[in-house]
Amino acid sequence: MSEIKTGAEIMWECLVREGVKVVFGYPGGAIMPAYDAMLDFDIHHVLVRHEQGATHMADGYARATGKVGVAIATSGPGATNLVTGLATAMMDSVPIVCITGQVPITAIGGDAFQETDVTGVTMPITKHNYLVTSADEVARVVREAFHIARSGRPGPVLIDICKNAQIDKTEFIYPEKINLPGYRPPRRAPKKDLEQAAKLIAQSERPVILAGQGVLQSGAMRELREFAEKTQTPVAMTLLGLGGLPASHPLSLGMMGMHGEAYCNNAIQGSDLLLAFGMRFDDRVTGNLRTYAPRARKIHVEIDPSEVHKNVHVDAPLLGDLRTVLGDLTPIVDPMDHEEWLDKIAEWRNDTEKRDIMAWPDDGLLYASHVVRDLWESTSGNAIVTTDVGQHQMWTAQYYHMEQPFRWITSGGAGTMGFGLPSAIGAWFAHPDKQIWAIVGDGGFQMTQAELATAVQEGANVNIAILNNGYLGMVRQWQEFFFEKRYSGVKMLSPDFVKLADAYGIPARRITKREEVADAVAYANSISGPVLLEFVVEMEEAVFPMVPAGADLDDMLRRPVRRQSGD
Amino acid sequence: MRQTLIAIVENKPGVLNRVASLFRRRNFNIDSLNVGRTEDPNVSRMTIVVDSNQADARKVEANLYKLVNVIDVQDVTGQEAILRELALIKVSASPEKRGEVLSLVNIFRAEVVDVKADAMIVQLTADESRVDSLIELLRPVGILEIVRTGHVAMMRGTDPGKRYARWADEDEEEYFVNGRHYAGD
Repeated sequence: MSEIKTGAEIMWECLVREGVKVVFGYPGGAIMPAYDAMLDFDIHHVLVRHEQGATHMADGYARATGKVGVAIATSGPGATNLVTGLATAMMDSVPIVCITGQVPITAIGGDAFQETDVTGVTMPITKHNYLVTSADEVARVVREAFHIARSGRPGPVLIDICKNAQIDKTEFIYPEKINLPGYRPPRRAPKKDLEQAAKLIAQSERPVILAGQGVLQSGAMRELREFAEKTQTPVAMTLLGLGGLPASHPLSLGMMGMHGEAYCNNAIQGSDLLLAFGMRFDDRVTGNLRTYAPRARKIHVEIDPSEVHKNVHVDAPLLGDLRTVLGDLTPIVDPMDHEEWLDKIAEWRNDTEKRDIMAWPDDGLLYASHVVRDLWESTSGNAIVTTDVGQHQMWTAQYYHMEQPFRWITSGGAGTMGFGLPSAIGAWFAHPDKQIWAIVGDGGFQMTQAELATAVQEGANVNIAILNNGYLGMVRQWQEFFFEKRYSGVKMLSPDFVKLADAYGIPARRITKREEVADAVAYANSISGPVLLEFVVEMEEAVFPMVPAGADLDDMLRRPVRRQSGD
Repeated sequence: MRQTLIAIVENKPGVLNRVASLFRRRNFNIDSLNVGRTEDPNVSRMTIVVDSNQADARKVEANLYKLVNVIDVQDVTGQEAILRELALIKVSASPEKRGEVLSLVNIFRAEVVDVKADAMIVQLTADESRVDSLIELLRPVGILEIVRTGHVAMMRGTDPGKRYARWADEDEEEYFVNGRHYAGD
């Protein structure tokens, strides 16, 4: 039985069928027919204060649930404001669908008011995009967009929908089948390739698993654990892979790469077999490629064929869905113990735990690392945590130990400042019952602080911890280490954040002493709705250890001994 | 080294733009790119010649698969394939030079498709090196304009070209691309 509906009605009907309950957006001329039709559907619309915020909210929602997040905007500037959020989702393979209004088909190409070639602008930063010029295409396009966004290697999809395609009426036929002849993400690796990988695993004496975000996206947490335990292989995680294996698991090496644990990077460099599971050998985890894990053979389980051999040549690629591939691989490998290798790593761990990450200064001052550590303790490590990018992000990765997946929401590949607050609001819509903490810097926070009003309007129970060091801290750290302390463009004046919060009606506190941290966290958790805590921390603390960009992975800058406690 | 790839793509607006944009952002250098219709009105066929080594062809193929509208990619370099391009060469040919041009045209099995008082247009369909040779030989006569289509390519017989990215179908252990089974390398 078919019905005659407008394109806008068909769009919402299809979104509802995809399970969409909340959209983040901002109306305007070219999307008004869709906004009008929205009122007749069971969809909650969140009015953001800037379209970039809408994309990060959709992104936070998607990362916290694995479902597709949806953002909506008008044509022209509304659509171009989505660009940063799309690029962020693209780099981190996050499934979001962005819908933008477009001028009517009759006006396209005529430089009409608020006309921008949005499909052209977003082509390199979307997994796929569509220009919809007639109401007949709407149902098929929405169906395909959701399928593409969440399947294979997930990613953002944009639908640019002409105003006439929203207004015109057509027969609504829901496309039960999707016909995309060119879209066949690999699922199962060939048997011959699996056997080849199993042979390399059997020969290895010093294996290390490199677990990336693919573990979470494929839902392969259990399979990862089973493989690691059966073969007694230690697991290093990428920034976005944190939570894939509980931080407290005996085989967990924590985070690898530029600001990873020294013993973790030592294990990678000393390894004879790297098993890359859903990760892409980003420059921030490999350091100098020529000296990267020089004695290691490599097995790469990857769903995107273009990632194989991209940065690192691998000996055994396994193209497919990680969960499926591990399900096929684990039964054909023999149990192993690797006792000698694990002892060697334990030795490195004992040595480095006295330095670097776990040895923070204790001289009565408040350091950002104290705040994150105490926040972790006070929230029992159970919160959903979002961040911006920079020092506070690395400290959070180091000190907020993730025991569970989908609770760590951060912009990795793109490194987008201003991501923390809006993605926390998005995560709250996914999990209104959980504690949500946006841990942000004074710089990043000010990029999207307008979304404070969104949080208040929606009653979002989001706790904001600003680590205020008065600097763009990571840039300052690089200038300290690599530019002879010539600080250029990094000193940052901020408003009085407590008064700012007050203007929005948000309860807020300023914390300057370590003893006050736990109490402030308890205070924030006791209040429903947004709360802002400003932690005034030491200005010139650096993140250690650090592999300078392009340096060898085991060539780390370590925390200077003079800053250790008791020295 | 030159690599020749065939891409079967959906016949939809913007697909050429997607392929060109991909090549630009991945920094692949294209020598020539030819697009045209096929036996199936729903698909178009691209012949892409890239300047690269073997590893790069693998990269190009894998990246093309990232595009939703790309159905199939084959590398026909060094395979049993027919490669052809069409060239139109306009030479300045006064009556006394015409004999020389015509003899070259005969040797190359080319054609003269237009003659005016002061110029003639020679058409040649051949592989790239023969087109290059004719151009070199015509140069002393006086070339006014050249247009070349770039290669189009087709495998001989029913063998497909080479594919690098391999994965098994959900239900079958054989390699499976675009509905056609093929043996792994």
